[in-house]
Amino acid sequence: MTAHPAALTKQAAETTPATLTLAVEDMHCGGCLRSVERAAMRVSGVDTARASLAAKRLTVTFDPAKTDEVALIGALDRIGFTAAPIEAANQDCGDARQKYLLRRVAVAGFAAMNIMLISIAVWSGEGGDMDPALASLFRWLSALIALPTVVYAGEPFFVSALAALKGRRLNMDVPISLAILLATGMSLYQTMLNNDQVYFDAAVTLLFFLLVGRYLDESLRVRARGEAQNLLSLQGGIATVIGADGLQRKVAANALRPGDRLLVAVGERVAADGVVLGGKGQVDQSLITGETAPAPVQTGTQIYAGTLNLTHSLEIEVNAADDATLLAEISRLMLAAEQGKARYRRLADRAAQIYAPAVHGLGLATFIGWLAFGASWQTALTYAIAVLIITCPCALALAVPAVQIAAASRLFKRGIMVKAPDGLERIAEIDMVVFDKTGTLTLGKAQLLDIEKVSEAVLASAAVLAGASQHPYSRALVVAAERRLGSLPPASGIEETPGEGLALGEERLGSAAWCGVGSDGVETGEVWYRRGNEAPVCFRFADAMRPDAPETIAVLKRRGFAVALLSGDRTGVVERTAREAGIDTWLAELKPADKIAWLEAQAAEGRKVLMAGDGLNDAPALAAAHASISPASAADLSQRAADFVFQGAKLMPVAEAIDVGRRAHRMAFQNFGVAAVYNAICVPLAMAGFVTPLIAAIVMSSSSILVTLNAARLAGGGRA
Amino acid sequence: MTALAWLIPAALALAGLGLVAFLWALRSGQFEDLQGAAYRALEDEPPDDEAK
Repeated sequence: MTAHPAALTKQAAETTPATLTLAVEDMHCGGCLRSVERAAMRVSGVDTARASLAAKRLTVTFDPAKTDEVALIGALDRIGFTAAPIEAANQDCGDARQKYLLRRVAVAGFAAMNIMLISIAVWSGEGGDMDPALASLFRWLSALIALPTVVYAGEPFFVSALAALKGRRLNMDVPISLAILLATGMSLYQTMLNNDQVYFDAAVTLLFFLLVGRYLDESLRVRARGEAQNLLSLQGGIATVIGADGLQRKVAANALRPGDRLLVAVGERVAADGVVLGGKGQVDQSLITGETAPAPVQTGTQIYAGTLNLTHSLEIEVNAADDATLLAEISRLMLAAEQGKARYRRLADRAAQIYAPAVHGLGLATFIGWLAFGASWQTALTYAIAVLIITCPCALALAVPAVQIAAASRLFKRGIMVKAPDGLERIAEIDMVVFDKTGTLTLGKAQLLDIEKVSEAVLASAAVLAGASQHPYSRALVVAAERRLGSLPPASGIEETPGEGLALGEERLGSAAWCGVGSDGVETGEVWYRRGNEAPVCFRFADAMRPDAPETIAVLKRRGFAVALLSGDRTGVVERTAREAGIDTWLAELKPADKIAWLEAQAAEGRKVLMAGDGLNDAPALAAAHASISPASAADLSQRAADFVFQGAKLMPVAEAIDVGRRAHRMAFQNFGVAAVYNAICVPLAMAGFVTPLIAAIVMSSSSILVTLNAARLAGGGRA
Repeated sequence: MTALAWLIPAALALAGLGLVAFLWALRSGQFEDLQGAAYRALEDEPPDDEAK
């Protein structure tokens, strides 16, 4: 059968391939890379699949008629990789900018090398036996290479300088652009007059070095942003939807709509706000309320995105998506808080505000001064350009980013991600550290209290029962028992009644009611054990503190920081945690707005606060604080609000981040110092006319290198 | 001196070749995943795009 031509074209139109980028967690080696690509290729309708190990992402082109993102995520899920789609809107601009700069680095590098090649011939022939016609030819050659290069490679500086001037501001790019344009224009003019004051080499070399600095700065930012985006996408998560046909499908959480039926397995986070349709159990709402004790839920209970399901599977009907969720509400609070912080001006920009007018003033003074002393305007201009190049704010334009790159890479090695480029500058200024309790000071996991009061025999029997359950209290009980008694024998025939407790013969472990204890049973931090008619034993649980929390607090106090604890949890629990951690100032039962109010009161007293928090209820506070840090286990919104994200079970990264931030700050000033010394020596020489633009460019570059090497000390010393 | 007439264009052309090669490599995505490329070199099986 021959296909009808019209049908062919129609089919072609339908199969326009769609492209999808997925963030893939846990892709660490070449093997993972291949499995991920193969798994994606096996999905029918997938055209190409290319994974990137550096970005931890998979880019897939597929035929939208044959497959969709759900099938792809499902395929990766089956081989053990969690994947989540990255919104196309905010995915590529950083990458594009990086390539844009790298292309210009390459072009400027090419031009700088070749012009230098030609220039060396001209200088070494100068005053000697070089044919003037040949020297002129060489200068024209340089011009031919330099002019298109300056136009093309200088674009990022010119665009930024123009934008600043339009806004009636001065930034670093204004003197840079001016120096490059003047040096090029002046050289072109001299070339036309067949003079030897030609400095294309200086202009292009300057451009090259500056572009390298810009590129490094940008690549750090793109990397940090990409990492953060992956985290966010993955934490936004995957939800299991029960379709109208009763089948389960995996769907990205952001694709959920009101009315969808969700299945939330034990240990999973709820992906959207909704009402429980079926099932009864307990959920952990600490991410939203700060309350650690599990909350009971049953049919009809409203639960929120970010809630952790503890006891058994729940079926939920989604009733709020997008703007209607509690998440969105908190997000609005956060945006409002963030606007206050937007006023912070970066160190380099503040320096530019002082530096740029000084540079322009000196350049102008040199030009006018030499004219007044009767020099020709060309000579005066050459000296003025030399001054501009010497003072070219490389120390500012390169040194601060170099320090930041070094500091960020040092922190990265220790599992701390710098998310906000100016976060390092802000964290260096803080004088107070405020912690949230659940998930920040504590691990957000239950731990058995007062273990000594329980006899070994009872503990052992209870732990055997608990071994059959996945409930966090059961697991905590097993962990505690194993630590005290060694490994426990497994038992069979244990029956679990979800939400109630466990039973083995006449032994019972579970809620107070389950063990027949007088049911004042609102206290959910308890588990009871009873054998037959013997007296019941109570196990009490609380959230475990991060192992090095007291040590970290002590270190912070020793360095002179004020430390405080703000929590949404109950007073008693907060007081105990504060005492154990060694924090004197604490406030309990706070709502997100209360936290912001408290932070604002501190700010009004002139304190600069570092907020460390993880819950959704902390997100606005994180945004409002002078600087902020979140653990990687935090709610996605909180991570988005935080300047830093740290990984692992330790709290010490908070102190480490402050430390590196301060060192980076000191180092930035050292670099300013280096630049200032250079300027103090060279500017008078340049103004006096002893420095040609070429020497200026070399001196300038060597100061840049010195400054970069200084910054590299920060990245090098002592790997974790 | 006549040597210069072809030496300079030759030097420029060679360097230009390098520049073009770099820009081409950049455009074709050779720098997108520096870590992954190291592992791909050790892969025995042909890449998917060649197998097809």
